[in-house]
Amino acid sequence: MKLGFSAEDEAFRAEAADWLQGQMAGEFRDIVGIPNLVSKVERRKEWERQLAAHQWSCIGWPVEWGGRDATLAQQVIFAEEYARAGAPNRINHIGVELAGPTILAFGTQEQKARYLPGIAGGTQIWCQGYSEPNAGSDLANVKTKAHLEGNEWVVTGQKVWTSLAHFSDYIFVVARSEEGSKGPKGLSFLLMAMDQPGIEVRPIRQMNGEAEFNETFLDAARCPADAMLGERGQGWGVAMALLGFERGVSTLAQQMQFRNELDAVIEAARANGKANDPVTRQKIARAEIGLNLMRYGALRMLSNADAAGLDGAALTYKIQWATWRRDLGELAMEVLGQAGEIAAGEAYEWSLLPNTFLFSRSDTIYGGTNQIQRNLIAERGLGLPREPRGNS
Amino acid sequence: MEFAFTEEQAMIAQTVQTFFAENATSERTRAAMEAGGIDRELWASFCEELGLSGIGIAEEDGGVGLGMVELAIVAEAAGSQVSAIPLLGLATAGQAIAAGGNIAQKEQWLGPLISGEAIAAAAYAPALKVEGGRLSGTVPFVAHGSLADLFVFVGEDAAWLVAAEDAGLSVVSHTTMDQTRPLATVTLEGANAQALNFAPAREALHAGGWICLAAEALGGAQATLDRTVQYSTERMQFGRPIGSFQAYKHRLADMMVLIEQARSAVYWAACAVDEGAPEAQLALHSAKSFCADTYFECAGHMIQLHGGIGFTWEHDAHLFFKRATSIRSMMGDGDWHREQVARLTIGEAS
Repeated sequence: MKLGFSAEDEAFRAEAADWLQGQMAGEFRDIVGIPNLVSKVERRKEWERQLAAHQWSCIGWPVEWGGRDATLAQQVIFAEEYARAGAPNRINHIGVELAGPTILAFGTQEQKARYLPGIAGGTQIWCQGYSEPNAGSDLANVKTKAHLEGNEWVVTGQKVWTSLAHFSDYIFVVARSEEGSKGPKGLSFLLMAMDQPGIEVRPIRQMNGEAEFNETFLDAARCPADAMLGERGQGWGVAMALLGFERGVSTLAQQMQFRNELDAVIEAARANGKANDPVTRQKIARAEIGLNLMRYGALRMLSNADAAGLDGAALTYKIQWATWRRDLGELAMEVLGQAGEIAAGEAYEWSLLPNTFLFSRSDTIYGGTNQIQRNLIAERGLGLPREPRGNS
Repeated sequence: MEFAFTEEQAMIAQTVQTFFAENATSERTRAAMEAGGIDRELWASFCEELGLSGIGIAEEDGGVGLGMVELAIVAEAAGSQVSAIPLLGLATAGQAIAAGGNIAQKEQWLGPLISGEAIAAAAYAPALKVEGGRLSGTVPFVAHGSLADLFVFVGEDAAWLVAAEDAGLSVVSHTTMDQTRPLATVTLEGANAQALNFAPAREALHAGGWICLAAEALGGAQATLDRTVQYSTERMQFGRPIGSFQAYKHRLADMMVLIEQARSAVYWAACAVDEGAPEAQLALHSAKSFCADTYFECAGHMIQLHGGIGFTWEHDAHLFFKRATSIRSMMGDGDWHREQVARLTIGEAS
């Protein structure tokens, strides 16, 4: 067991830090530290391309596909330095962290050649077409239908909560390709271009006032027959494997955002004197401990991950971070007091901490609610009997 | 960076888990509870047969080298069986002597402690007064104090060794809630004290003690989960195993979420101490407070989820619950450790 980094890794850190800080102090200083995913979209697409041009976009990927074959330690270092430099959240995180690794794992050589350069190159933004109005926690209840017409899949249905669909170039869609099938069987995993007449996107305004996610309507939307990842009717396995990537290295970058939020809470507490209050100090200490345990938990699960993927302990990660962040949002409002309830200007727009407070109410819902997480932990992690299913 | 056990560490883990599972049985632990809280036969075979009692102590001092990670592995396995052994005394006093003792003190005490011939206890003792090399005062809450051959006392700016046989030392043992590690009050009246090098002794004692307690708590918490999972698949109500009900399984899931964090905490702290990382103090305070709370929470769930049988003397649930209770209050409670975390992250309160 070893936590320290080698001299070689520290040299890598210096190189990454130097480049990132140079960018954030120079050409891209106008987008430093933007936490959300919906403002200054065009500039942030330029940032994606800049990362790619200097081979920093997908460092964990094989060199062949635009990565650096970076070791786990290097990926950890890069995530740390990325946040330290104040670089903005990755607007193509769904492409880089979810679609890309899934295509690398399941794609044919031709599919890799078709989709990966756009992701690694920062030119194609991706979104995720999983949830539907009647397929939320019960994700396998997908009703969106796909059938082959000549050389094309024709897809009809409705997706919902599709983050970033309003400016994405591609969507991966879980659709029912086998007529009469039910549940996780008979689904296929399709990669579809967004810019076509059969796809309409309507933004949904969230409780924090922003519109990061959307309803996505598919009406005879099309993609080539060979735009299917994995086997026909076996899309559920691909969809679930993708969720495994969500618990991988990408968590480290997310943690750095959490670090910034906790630091902002500490700063606010220092500024208004709450930092002297023993109860507040206990809560900040708990948050500090929780954040560190998230970091070392992620390093432990990544270090322990073998070729077969992450071990059972990784199942606990989602509920852990989501609950931590919701608690942090509440702590932030306690520290800010009533000042936290007043926006800076006339618009219904929130600065970092009040926005964390509001936004974090979604963290315990999206990507599997805390209740679904507990089912997964109990059934897959602890081997308890499955919840009885209804007949729908 | 490789935050996973090496092959050697995985082997040690397997060896000690098997050793404690086979030997530290409920029957033997309960016998030890009636005999002052130490299973002397178990401790002797741990020290003599496994050769792991010298962990964290350099080979030139008679130890086996290795470090806090290996100590944590041992304590985790011991804790999973609520073993009645003086491991905490060794982890605190042994570390203090190894780090802050002179050559003569090391020669006199480390050998017998590692071989198991001598049992050590350590305690925080701010009320002790020293005059001409002689100590006076009262030290409350000394774990395994009534069976110790050697004491290490840590004051505000000094640390001492005192032999139990010293004429100026007397011990009163107390019936204690956790009978596997009963507390005693030690009274000193002009006892012969040998000074340790204070700063290194205190630092090593804290690191060894907090890691030992945190790791014991981790092992104990994991055992409460494993045993409750087992029970929940066997016990039927309403025609179903009770582990199939969400009200039940969600509580087990919450236990696993806490335990996995506790595991990260223990090995983060152990690694940070072994590597001399700047964040070692943050890690130690985090680990002690988080793991103790986790153990207590899980042991409480174990009782609740077993229903009536979990409240009986016959069932082992109370052994876990009582050990968890004692770990929570021992060597600084959760609020104290979290205030240290606050000091390290926010700074002093004004």
